[in-house]
Order: sequence, then C-alpha cells, then structure tokens
Amino acid sequence: MKYLAEYRDGTIGRALAERIRRIATRRWTLMELCGGQTHTIVRQGIDALLDGAVEMIHGPGCPVCVTPLEQIDRAVHLASRPDVIFTSFGDMLRVPGSECDLLRVKARGGTIRVVYSPLDAVSLAIKHPDKQVVFFAVGFETTAPANAMAVWRAAQLGVPNFSMLVSHVTVPPAMLVILDAPDNRVQGFLAAGHVCTIMGWEEYEPIAAKYHVPIVVTGFEPVDILEGIWLAVQQLEAGSAFVENQYVRSVRRDGNVAARELMSKVFRLSDRKWRGIGEIPASGLALREEYADFDAERRFALDDIVTNEPVECRSGDVLRGRIKPYECPMFGVVCTPERPLGAPMVSSEGACAAYFNYGRARPASVGAQTGMEER
Amino acid sequence: MTATIIGSVSCPIPVTDHDRVVLGHGSGGKLSAALLKQHFLPHLQSDALRQLGDGAVVSAGNARVVLSTDTFVVNPLEFPGGDIGTLAVNGTVNDLAMMGATPCYLTVGFIIEEGLAFETLDRIVASMARAASVAGVQVVTGDTKVVEHGKGDGLFINTTGLGLADSDFSPSPDGVRPGDVVLVSGAIGIHGITILSAREGLEFEADLESDTACLHPLVQALRRATDNSVAALRDPTRGGVASALNEISAASRVGIVLEESALPIPAAVAGACEMLGLDPLYVANEGNFVAFVPPHLADVALDALRNHPLGRGAQRIGVAVSDHPGMVVMRTPLGGTRIVDMLPGDQLPRIC
Repeated sequence: MKYLAEYRDGTIGRALAERIRRIATRRWTLMELCGGQTHTIVRQGIDALLDGAVEMIHGPGCPVCVTPLEQIDRAVHLASRPDVIFTSFGDMLRVPGSECDLLRVKARGGTIRVVYSPLDAVSLAIKHPDKQVVFFAVGFETTAPANAMAVWRAAQLGVPNFSMLVSHVTVPPAMLVILDAPDNRVQGFLAAGHVCTIMGWEEYEPIAAKYHVPIVVTGFEPVDILEGIWLAVQQLEAGSAFVENQYVRSVRRDGNVAARELMSKVFRLSDRKWRGIGEIPASGLALREEYADFDAERRFALDDIVTNEPVECRSGDVLRGRIKPYECPMFGVVCTPERPLGAPMVSSEGACAAYFNYGRARPASVGAQTGMEER
Repeated sequence: MTATIIGSVSCPIPVTDHDRVVLGHGSGGKLSAALLKQHFLPHLQSDALRQLGDGAVVSAGNARVVLSTDTFVVNPLEFPGGDIGTLAVNGTVNDLAMMGATPCYLTVGFIIEEGLAFETLDRIVASMARAASVAGVQVVTGDTKVVEHGKGDGLFINTTGLGLADSDFSPSPDGVRPGDVVLVSGAIGIHGITILSAREGLEFEADLESDTACLHPLVQALRRATDNSVAALRDPTRGGVASALNEISAASRVGIVLEESALPIPAAVAGACEMLGLDPLYVANEGNFVAFVPPHLADVALDALRNHPLGRGAQRIGVAVSDHPGMVVMRTPLGGTRIVDMLPGDQLPRIC
C-alpha cells in the first residue's frame, strides 16, 4: 500500500536496528507512549531486535485501558436503560466493568451500536427522536476533536436527545506522573504521532527541558518506530534532551490549529481518574458549561455510580511501565482475553493483549481447539 | 503541575463465565469452539460428529456420501459481487469440495421475515439458481417459514449439501505432516471487507466486490496436478485464514510458520483494515481456500492453481513444522516472529 509498505520494509528496518545497536554504548530505557506503538513493537519483534541496546517499556497510551472502571460501570448502566441507544467505538465493548461488559448488556437486550464516527451517533439521535442516544467519548487528544465536533454539531442542529459520556484524557500529565515517580527508569520517550498531529509538540518542550529527557514524536509503522528510537538514542548518547519529530509526514510543530480550536471551544481541562493509576489533576477533558446539556453524567444523574477499583491485577504497574505484562502473576493464567482481569488484556492497543496475542513470554503449548464447521 | 497518585494499583474483579449467548459465540473463534464443546457435543454424539470436519462422511447402502450443512445470515442481504443466495449455495458446495467430494444435491430452508419485498426475494432465489447451475448441483427439496416483523433479519437461509465421496481423494484437517507447504488459492479478506463496507456505508478508494465462488473446479485442478496428494483443504470463511490454520494445526498436531510478506492481501483490504483496526487474517473469505501439499509438489500445485481463473492470485504462504504443534506463528518482515492465535470473539474496530 502506498506510503505504508515503505514503512514496513524489512531491509530498512533491520539496517536501522543495526545502526542503533552500533551507536548504543549502554542499554537505554525508552517508553513508547501510545498503545498502537506498543502493538507494532511486540507484533514485529522490535524489542527482541534491539535486545541489549534498548529496553522498551510500554506507556499508558491505550485510551481503552486507562478509562476508569467507574466510567465503564456508568456506560453499562446507561446501555441497560430501555430508553437509551448507547453508541461506542468497538473496542470499548469487551472491557470489563465491575459486573459485566457492554457485550453482555447487549446480549441481555440493551441497545448498543458500534459507530465509526461520533457524528454517526448524532445522526442516530436525529433518526430516533423517541430515544436518548449516548456516545461514549473515550480517548486521548486524537479523538477529542471529532468528539467536540459531534457535540458542536448537535448544538447547532438542536438535537435534544444526544449526549456524551466523556472520559477524555491527555498525554502530558501522564508523562509527569511517570517522571515524578521515585522509581522512574524512563530515559526518553517516543511521543504518540497521532496525538501530536492534533496538538503539535510545543507542550512537550518544557518537559524535555525540565526532566532532561529526549522526546521523539514517532509514527506507528516498524520503520517509524525504529527511526524514532534511533533519534532518541542519538540524543541520549550525545547527552542532549529536546523534542524531535520523526513523524514529519503527519505532524507539524503547532499541530492542527482548527482541530485544537474546536476542542477548546467544547471541552475544558478537568481532573480525571485513570484506570489503574488513580486521579491525576487536570489530566482530562470535560464539556464546557455552555455544552453541559450534552453531558450524559448530568442528564442521567450518574454521580451515584462510584466505583473504587479493587486490588486484583497489576494493570497500573503495566500502564506505568513498572512491570512487563508477563511479570504479572495473573498474566495468561487467570487473566486472558476471554476472561480479562483488566482492560490492557482486551483492548486492541493494550500491552497485555499485545504480549498475549503475539505470544511473548507465553508457555509453548497451546490448548487444542475444536474445529467443527461454523460460519 | 504536580501529579499525585491516589489509591493503589488496581483492576476490576474477574468477569465470570457467560450465562447466555453473546454475539462472539458466532465469530468462529475460541468462543464458538467453546459453544460447541460445552453445549452441543455433550448431548449430540456420533462417530462422524466427533471428527468436527467441514461435513460428515457417511455410508448409504454401498455409497459413501458426504453431508454438510450451513446457515447463512448476512446483512445486507445483497452486496457487491453477490447476495445471501449465492453465499448459501457456494458456501455449502465449497464445504463438500474441501472434503474432496463431488457436490450433487442441495436442500434449502428459508426463514423469511414478514415484510420482505418479493422483488428482493425473487432476485435472491434467482441468483441461487444461477449459482447452483454453475456449481452443477440441483436443489431437490426445501422448506419455508415466515416469522413476524422484527423477529428476523429479512431472510435467513440454511442449505444442506450432499456429495459423492471419493476414496482416492480425501483431504482432511488431520492429514498434514511436517514439511507440507501451505498455499492459499487467492487474495485474502475481500469478502469480509466488502460486506463490512456495504453494511456500514464505508467508502474506500477502491471498490471491492465479494469473491464468492464455487471452488470445486479449482480443487479438482489441484487434485489432478498433485495426483490426489493434497493433505488438507479448508475454506477460511468465518474467522478467516488465521482460524482455519489454527484448526488444522491443532487437528494435525503440527506447527505452522507463515511468512507475513507472502500473504496476498489486496491494497484495498489492507487499507480498510488499517483504518478500522482489523487484522485481515481474521476477516472472512468466500472465494479462496488454504491447501497443504507435500513439499515436492508445491510448485506444480501452485502452477495448477494460478493457471485456473479462480486461482490466479494463489500464493505459497508458509510451511508445516514439527515444532510448536497446535500453534501458528508468523515471521515478520523484520525477522521477528509472532503467534497467530484464534480470536476470543469478534474483531472489534478500534478507537484510533
């Protein structure tokens, strides 16, 4: 595929890996911030390719994984209401809440629709004026503009039966949590290319300077990631720490100004709980007062649903890069994609799912599967 | 800004087993296998059923016949390249062909939802007739039921096929030996992405058309070229190539190593999968099969496939090995390997 095959070229990738190994005088520890990058790294075996030169630890950048249990429980509550059509991106459906996930609500008769764009949810609301249509707005800065657009459009068109359950988070506060931790090992970051497509990279410059860490805005294909690592290792070897852009075909210094303007018109900064991590001040987005009518938490009085997350698995340690997924005693034994303990095992971008599905650190035997003809 | 961490590292309580059917039980992945194992096989037992093949080989008098049944639910009913009628004929005929049988007869059951336009029904039945004619099978008996509006998705079709078994040619999922070469007879993922695009109204740069086809002639071409030496055949419908290969690898107790760079994935499928966060290896196919042949016959087998109009896109995609029996792994262009497992349920489109 044009502009994709080139970034998956094995020869270029291996050459970059060789270059990284050649210049690394010690083993550096880098964190990739986005779950999409984690999947490329594990799926393509990039971590193994760089063994000895670079350790990749996987950051909290999977939007599904960091959505707090409380919000999942609120989603389950809303989706169970007979007057609600609950709309969501696909990968939220299998994320376990306290008692069940959205797929099970659907099996019990809840009306849940997978949409590909939040604007589809607005169209659904127009089509079903007798129903309340709620969209589950999850994600980092990448998805926020489209979600802002949906609210803005619903307001313009006057769609009274549309609302949004907002669980947006932003990247820089999570980086600060990681860097401020006394046991932090991260020496450099690969920033998430798509987040920076919206936000640009100016907000990362004070972080690079204050903590003296290289930050390389990086894409998602194997060659992107290897080049991002190469740039970061060059900085580390030279003792420098600044923000660099590997993902030049998508990211500009000031990002997408129009998208950011729409975001700030509709959303304001707010405190947010992160699943497995806890509340981080000013780390999320909430609807501004002008758009509060579209806030599902207000419309349906969801404040009563408060869930404290029990200490069962170690997704928080995984999300902060303290442990590799397979170092969790539950990994692959008690916790599998069929019976997940935590969101990182089910999300398509979750670190635990990446390790499990692509077979890293997993026992060599797999159970026999039945193969009766089904379609 | 100083960030604080409140509370301890945490995760929810385990989700317990399912107490009712969810859509994932129909995905062709692990949940489907569990559905069979836990809810059907304990009650329904026979020697033929225990083999869990595409169909069953049974005796009727002196004849050895192959039976296969399949039920078709698809939304939309009509899509570029075909409709539920063509699928219902080709799907069952292909299941017979994958067992080495010659398809002869079909039975058809229709569950029709009140309100279905006769115009639509007529088009679908006419295309069934065309597909049956191409496949050389006769529809010999059938049944219709009508359900209330809202109780069906327009139309569901069941077809059961009867074919003549061939004692010289009986590829089987448990027939693969280490060293056998894995071939795929055509491009991967076209049907599934066509349906998804039609259902969701997604518009991609290239127009896709379902490749649904009767594969029996292609199987026969492969058979002639290899002098009956095809170890296993499977049409990777629901659950895609990954699930079909996992089933064969488990049944034959061999490992399978795929080469990612050899997979014939059309640009339009790859592009749609990239956008939607799907893996083409798990996308349904209706116009191709995977075949395992002994290594010394791999080249003639590939030539035979490519010389047939239905097999022009055939590729050699991997090999069976004695290591890691029951497990499918894939070598990536970078030289890494990863496991290609069965999915727990349906693939779910991702956020970004």
